[in-house]
Amino acid sequence: MGNMATQTQFHVLAIDDSLIDRKLIERLLKTSSYQVTAVDSGSKALEFLGLNGENEDEERNSSVESVSAADEDHQVGVNLIITDYCMPGMTGYDLLRKIKQSSSFKDIPVVIMSSENIPSRINRCLEDGAEEFFLKPVKLSDVNKLRPHLMKGITTKNEMQSNTNKRKGSEEIQSPDRTRPRYNELEVV
Amino acid sequence: MLGLDADRLRADLNRLLAFLFHQGILDEQYLQLQQLQDESSPNFVSEVVNIYFHESEKLLRNLRSLLMDREFSDYDKMGIHLNQFIGSSSSIGAKRVRNVCVAFRTASDQNNRAGCLRALELLEHEYCILKNKLHELFQMEQQRLLAAGVRYPMLN
Repeated sequence: MGNMATQTQFHVLAIDDSLIDRKLIERLLKTSSYQVTAVDSGSKALEFLGLNGENEDEERNSSVESVSAADEDHQVGVNLIITDYCMPGMTGYDLLRKIKQSSSFKDIPVVIMSSENIPSRINRCLEDGAEEFFLKPVKLSDVNKLRPHLMKGITTKNEMQSNTNKRKGSEEIQSPDRTRPRYNELEVV
Repeated sequence: MLGLDADRLRADLNRLLAFLFHQGILDEQYLQLQQLQDESSPNFVSEVVNIYFHESEKLLRNLRSLLMDREFSDYDKMGIHLNQFIGSSSSIGAKRVRNVCVAFRTASDQNNRAGCLRALELLEHEYCILKNKLHELFQMEQQRLLAAGVRYPMLN
């Protein structure tokens, strides 16, 4: 049962330079049944993803085309990235840009957290690809908003598979239903 | 009899919490922390609060040594410490401490050394109150668990 559980669990990468906020976001995510990796900087996050250098092709031997967030072909399967905005060195915004510029990871949903409510900052992040912007302190109600973005990744992948198999569109099983988790699709790995 | 003690202790605990909320010492973020504590993470609140104490005391020492320095002029550095203090206080629901930090930051932004010194005094005072009250809360919670545990071996 243990193996099945880790295969079907979403994996979230969390970045925050504050230890307390890391503990908090980790607990919030684990309470919501996500697997969590928490790091304290943008550069550690990139390292974890395998994006060290400027040219990521140098870093990767195989040119595996990733079209979905839940890509089990990757050494590191990350389904969502949630990052603090204000960090020394690389800000959350810098990290967002790097991820969106990466061919392997641009489709992973990114969420930004900040203690400051600055509309221009929020808009810039959203315009540059962030899915959500949470004001700190982050609450359970915020974390509940993550699920649709994670389910979208699964749905996209299944649409690709379904299209190659058959074209009968009678049963709309691909529509993102946020109320019912479809475990049979999650287990297709 | 022990069951009654547990009930009485719970009532005292709730009264203390209500007092702390009423005084603005804690806000609803503290309740969020409590909600995140369960069987899989039974000491979550005290773990986080202990990290907060540790970090806060380091920040207070840094702030004091900055201001005690006659040559002091690095208000940017002070601002960084204060931002961290504001963030962590906000994350655990330490409302009054957070508000004093914000006022402190304003004085720092204005390079107002006297204002900063006053704010630091007030901050140390508020932090002291918070720490004492949180210790009281944890002690009562421990006592309540002990009292409930003896009578009801299976805790909810």
